[in-house]
Amino acid sequence: MTTKVYDAENPVVFLRDRTRWHWAEALPWIVAVAIFFLQPITLNLGVQILITIIFALSLDLILGYGGVVTLGHAAYFGAGAYVTGMLSAHLGWNEPISGLLAGATVAGAFGFATGWILLRYHGLALLMLTLALGIMMAELANVTEVWTGGFDGLSGIVIDPIFGIFENDLWRRNYYWYSLIATFFVFLACRRIVNSAFGRSLVGIRENTERMRAIGSPVHLRLVTIYTISAFMAGIAGALFAQVNAYVTLDVLSFARSGTILIVLVLGGTGRLYGAFVGALVYILVEDELAKEYPAYWELGLGFVLVLTALFFRQGLLGALESFVRFCKRLKA
Amino acid sequence: MTGILEVRGLYKSFGALAVTQNVHLTLEAGARHALIGPNGAGKTTLINLMTGVLKPDQGNIFLEQRDVTNMSESGRVKNGLARTFQINQLFRKLTTLENVALSVSERLGKNHVFWSQAWRNSEVLDEAMVLLKRLGLQSDALTVIEELPYGRQRLVEIAITLGLSPKVLLLDEPAAGVPSTETPIILDAVDALGDDIAVLIIEHDMDVVFRFAKSISVLVSGAILTEGTPEEIAENEQVRAVYLGESLDA
Ligand SMILES: Nc1ncnc2c1ncn2[C@@H]1O[C@H](COP(=O)(O)OP(=O)(O)O)[C@@H](O)[C@H]1O
Ligand SMILES: [Mg+2]
Repeated sequence: MTTKVYDAENPVVFLRDRTRWHWAEALPWIVAVAIFFLQPITLNLGVQILITIIFALSLDLILGYGGVVTLGHAAYFGAGAYVTGMLSAHLGWNEPISGLLAGATVAGAFGFATGWILLRYHGLALLMLTLALGIMMAELANVTEVWTGGFDGLSGIVIDPIFGIFENDLWRRNYYWYSLIATFFVFLACRRIVNSAFGRSLVGIRENTERMRAIGSPVHLRLVTIYTISAFMAGIAGALFAQVNAYVTLDVLSFARSGTILIVLVLGGTGRLYGAFVGALVYILVEDELAKEYPAYWELGLGFVLVLTALFFRQGLLGALESFVRFCKRLKA
Repeated sequence: MTGILEVRGLYKSFGALAVTQNVHLTLEAGARHALIGPNGAGKTTLINLMTGVLKPDQGNIFLEQRDVTNMSESGRVKNGLARTFQINQLFRKLTTLENVALSVSERLGKNHVFWSQAWRNSEVLDEAMVLLKRLGLQSDALTVIEELPYGRQRLVEIAITLGLSPKVLLLDEPAAGVPSTETPIILDAVDALGDDIAVLIIEHDMDVVFRFAKSISVLVSGAILTEGTPEEIAENEQVRAVYLGESLDA
């Protein structure tokens, strides 16, 4: 490929090309389909990866674009999981797609309400508040045992076949596709949002909040908007999780889940959407392998990888790859 | 006629430090007003108070006769009040074009739209390009800010603010750090603004001040020392004393 020289007289071409679909963007989907047919990993693991991608994408919208750091994002994952689960377990709302959307909508509404307050703060105060939110949600789920099943978990979730046809089989054949399609839609929405004027204004807020205010940007409103969208998407991930497992435990709201998704995204690279894909794939595969081989030590290995990322690959694995490609191009030129 | 921007009896303290003390200031439509005074006099603070970055302890601010003292920063911008920063406040990882497009897009209300793609807003990009040309930045349109020399970044600082089409423009030392060869670009851009736009400039370079301003206020230790035409200020003994660094017992 040759490097195109852009004409400053016609910058629109530059901006358009930058957001245009690149052939490499087909890769994740080709890999995803290949996984289904070749099954180098179990589809169950594949579904876990897909759910993690959705969750990480939702985090990337607020962290990578809006610059909002949170340690409580599991609150919205958990909200989606519990709402979808409880609708089925208590009300017999077993239709999967509407159940998923219902869970995500409640998570989004919850994101709006909490975001309105949280996003008045920033820095350490915000970090502590998001942490507190996560803990409070987990505790809330614990004490409302009647509805959530508390410590024992929420059982009795029955999900109807998708479109009345596709059941949740043990091998996750159907749910793999279900999750993949959900991932695809979430990704499309994210991609559209970040390339919109709204998305660019989020980058502006990330880069220089003070200046955004000075050009008349309603910063709080913008952040609440993206936070709500993000919570909705986290809710989709949570709802899928509940449907796949037909079981929800307090674990969906755990601090570990909030922390892990942050790690996944930072590992893959923030502010580039595909970081969520790389991070989720690598993290879950490594976790799966290492946990099998060294159940006692694998987290140590993970910690080591994180330290390396923090020290040498600030932009995550994908950022490192981009730098490498740029370096090679410069060598050739 | 009353002013397009009016400040009445403004006070502000940071702890024991009284940075703004009973400041009154009026900008008429079309004003070319300079605010001068030694470092630490409270000039930047005054801009922060006018624009709503800071809340005054006392006093009021009026924009087109409307009390905006409690209006948000973004609300004031929407009503035509815009400022530049003494120390660059740019979107450092974005291109020059995008920096300016962000403000144009914000003004045109496009930044709320999260479905259509940003690059399709040709109205925004065309206007941003016109601004870049006016400041001689067109060849840097696709350069990331971080990679520009400081003097050029200074021009972007101004281009972003001009993208807001302000009715009242507050310039905080726009020429600071700009090579003298590029200073005229800034002044020409300001001169090219409509006659109805009020401009307040904070500036240390007296040549620039006298070339530009039709009226001048002198701020010392948070208080307005005196106001007048450039001629009056040039002859004022107290002002001379301040600028010669002598102690002032006023
Ligand atoms: N946010 C702040 N907190 C505390 N002190 C401040 C703050 N901003 C400015 N000051 C102090 O107020 C005084 C006036 O500052 P400033 O308005 O920047 O002056 P000028 O622009 O005239 O040089 C200085 O002594 C400065 O240190
Ligand atoms: Mg200053």
